[in-house]
Amino acid sequence: MSKVPMKRIFICGMQEDKKSILDLLQRKGVVEISENPEEYEDCDLKTTDTMADRIESDRKASVCERALEILESNAPDPDGGLFKSFEGASSIDVKEYESRALKNDEYYETAEKLIALDKKIAEAKADIPKCETKIETLKPWLGFDLPLDFEGTKESAAFIGSVSDKKDLSEIYEGLMADLDDGVGVDVSIISSSDDMTCIFVVGLRKDKEQIEEALKGIGFAKAQLSKTVPAEEVKNLERQISEDNKFIEACVNDIKALSSERDNLKFLEDYYRARSDKFEALGKMKQTKRTFFMEGYIPKRYAESLTKLLENKYDAVVKVEDPAEDEDVPVELKNGLLTDPMETVVESYSLPGNGEIDPSVITAVFYYIFFGLMLADVGYGILMVAGTGIVLMKCKNIKPGMKKMMKLFLYCGIATIFWGAMFGSFFGDAVTVIATTFFGRPDIKFPVLWFEPVNEPMKELVFAFALGIIHIFTGLTIKLYQCIKAGAYKDAIYDVVFWYMFVGGGIVYLLTMPMITGMLSLGFTFGPTVATVSGAMAIAGCIGVVLTGGRESRNWFKRILKGAYSAYGVSSYLSDVLSYSRLLALGLASGVISTVFNKMGSMLGATWYGVLLFIAVFLVGHAMNLAINVLGSYVHTNRLQFVEFYGKFYDGGGRKFTPFRENTKYYKVKEDD
Amino acid sequence: MENLGLFFALAGAALSAGLAGCGSAIGVGIAGQAASGVVTQEPNMFSKVLVLQLLPGTQGIYGLLIAFITLTQIGIMGGSPDISLLKGLLYFAACFPMAIGGLLSAIAQGKCSVAAIGLVAKRPDQFGKAMIFPAMVETYAILALLISILAIFGIQGLAL
Repeated sequence: MSKVPMKRIFICGMQEDKKSILDLLQRKGVVEISENPEEYEDCDLKTTDTMADRIESDRKASVCERALEILESNAPDPDGGLFKSFEGASSIDVKEYESRALKNDEYYETAEKLIALDKKIAEAKADIPKCETKIETLKPWLGFDLPLDFEGTKESAAFIGSVSDKKDLSEIYEGLMADLDDGVGVDVSIISSSDDMTCIFVVGLRKDKEQIEEALKGIGFAKAQLSKTVPAEEVKNLERQISEDNKFIEACVNDIKALSSERDNLKFLEDYYRARSDKFEALGKMKQTKRTFFMEGYIPKRYAESLTKLLENKYDAVVKVEDPAEDEDVPVELKNGLLTDPMETVVESYSLPGNGEIDPSVITAVFYYIFFGLMLADVGYGILMVAGTGIVLMKCKNIKPGMKKMMKLFLYCGIATIFWGAMFGSFFGDAVTVIATTFFGRPDIKFPVLWFEPVNEPMKELVFAFALGIIHIFTGLTIKLYQCIKAGAYKDAIYDVVFWYMFVGGGIVYLLTMPMITGMLSLGFTFGPTVATVSGAMAIAGCIGVVLTGGRESRNWFKRILKGAYSAYGVSSYLSDVLSYSRLLALGLASGVISTVFNKMGSMLGATWYGVLLFIAVFLVGHAMNLAINVLGSYVHTNRLQFVEFYGKFYDGGGRKFTPFRENTKYYKVKEDD
Repeated sequence: MENLGLFFALAGAALSAGLAGCGSAIGVGIAGQAASGVVTQEPNMFSKVLVLQLLPGTQGIYGLLIAFITLTQIGIMGGSPDISLLKGLLYFAACFPMAIGGLLSAIAQGKCSVAAIGLVAKRPDQFGKAMIFPAMVETYAILALLISILAIFGIQGLAL
């Protein structure tokens, strides 16, 4: 319903209780510890730098995280599944936590073992392609029965290598002979040849070695890569190496799989180090002396008393709780009822209420569900949303709090969608009519329409949308009025709200006295001339009021009136604000008409067996797509109407979120028994 | 040539679906490039940037909507397609706000989405606000849609 009242809390305790008090505070998770209160700087109180410890804990936590990833990719968790991603932390009791925390070194070794295994796998995996390339280069030499680094005997010199392109023996001899002196003999044999390379073996006398080498250079000879064994043998060795690598990888994977029973322990350890890191952060904010420590922070009022009692009874600690000062930057926490707490995510994504502002969740909720429902407005889609979110909420008892709010938001939006769908007679568009007409020859069966069909009377829905918009905007102004009065700024209340009420409200009523306007909107009624006189006078009075007071911060009257006139020009923004609500009609029509398109496409083949198949296929795919895109559109535009048109009238935000010192853990939460 | 009215009405429908669709394709396309860039660095941002990428996609749907309503009204989707030249030209004009408004607003919205994706990449907690900026652009597509719809429904009642 509102912002949670906050208290300032001061805790002073003995060094020997420090650890246990910190643990307690972390598990309770209700105190936000403030950073370095500076007014104590001249005392003996000192802060300790805990950065290094924090970094170490964070590092260890990420080692565990990595180890869990390795485990997951090699041996996926059999308990995982669709709903797992929604789950939050499960709770364990203090005793279990303590006993497992003692084993943290052991668990950490497991994590490091996993990372080492993963590294080995990566190395082996990198070795395989290396061997494969080597085999590839050896392939042309397979028929050769000397080692490739053979350089000849005592009397002879041998050259093993390749020349580019496919060449035959005579071409090679020709090339060589051109560079050789007479009487120098060589013997060339071709080992293998392909389109881009010819592998040759050249033998000559040892004393001619240099000359032959020069001649070979001339024809582009390149020495083969060295290997000490015969090529065929070498290939066999490499192949053995690859299969050994594969076996090694398999063995490592099996080792990892064998460690999958450690999964829970690793999860525990990751949480353990994350919690430790937070603890070090809290420690760094504390002021300490040799024997005592001191900290201050904020606590929601509802917990203040019980925590004070608990700390003072259990430890030698002094706790003081007081009201924060008026102008203090108090952190904000929102607390709302069943139907309105999903709005906290909406409000939070805009901005939390600042000092002196109310929590707009409740009033946002009323309009949020109405607008969302109007934009989607389909009984079928609403049922799907309710079913989907309902299943998640029922299946996941342990759901993350943020996710739970989101699911509830769409659950309630789904209900609103069903309501408006029924009003406008839409069930998967006109699916009922199409099915009855196409497959059963009964065009008389229709989904009941409780109010009217927007496709037939778009003007009617447009007027309805504008009316809702005017109510929405005026509600925003009313909240501003309330805030001004609460803050005692009565003049502002009259200048900024009442004058605008008169100006805009009078103007709207005056428009409704003109037959042209009412005719255009097909309202079916026109106010009489008396109303016209009254509302016109009201609007003019409001307008004059705005002109006179809109620039009241200027002392110079000339400037003041000019500024006032400019602020009266702001009435055009009210006009565009109201027009903006036409999106209720546009998006409502869009989702309705597109589902009609899909129904029509599906029924094109008529009442045959393949016609039925086509209808089912088009129905499933088409409506899934339409639902997805329109839920997104409705969500975005409902938010926009709240943020821009509504909050713009009264709400600035700028509050700081209450972030208590607590267990920001993924898997486990320690349950403190009171 | 006495059925030229039908041609103009159909051309209007085709332009509204085609141009608005082009705009959305360009908008979603450039936003998608930015989104891919973010996801290479931060795979868990996928759902957030996907939402932002899809925002300029609605103009294509509005264009389709106008095209579909027009096709139904002129009797091409079943019925007797027989309308006067003047009425056909009126339908053509009625489709125009959506065609042009859809095309240009989707491109502008796509650029805005790119910026919003950049914002979310740096400040994931500001998703709510990042979403609003592209949604501001969409207002003008919605106004165009509104005028097109009202005009088409208006023409239906005229005895021309």
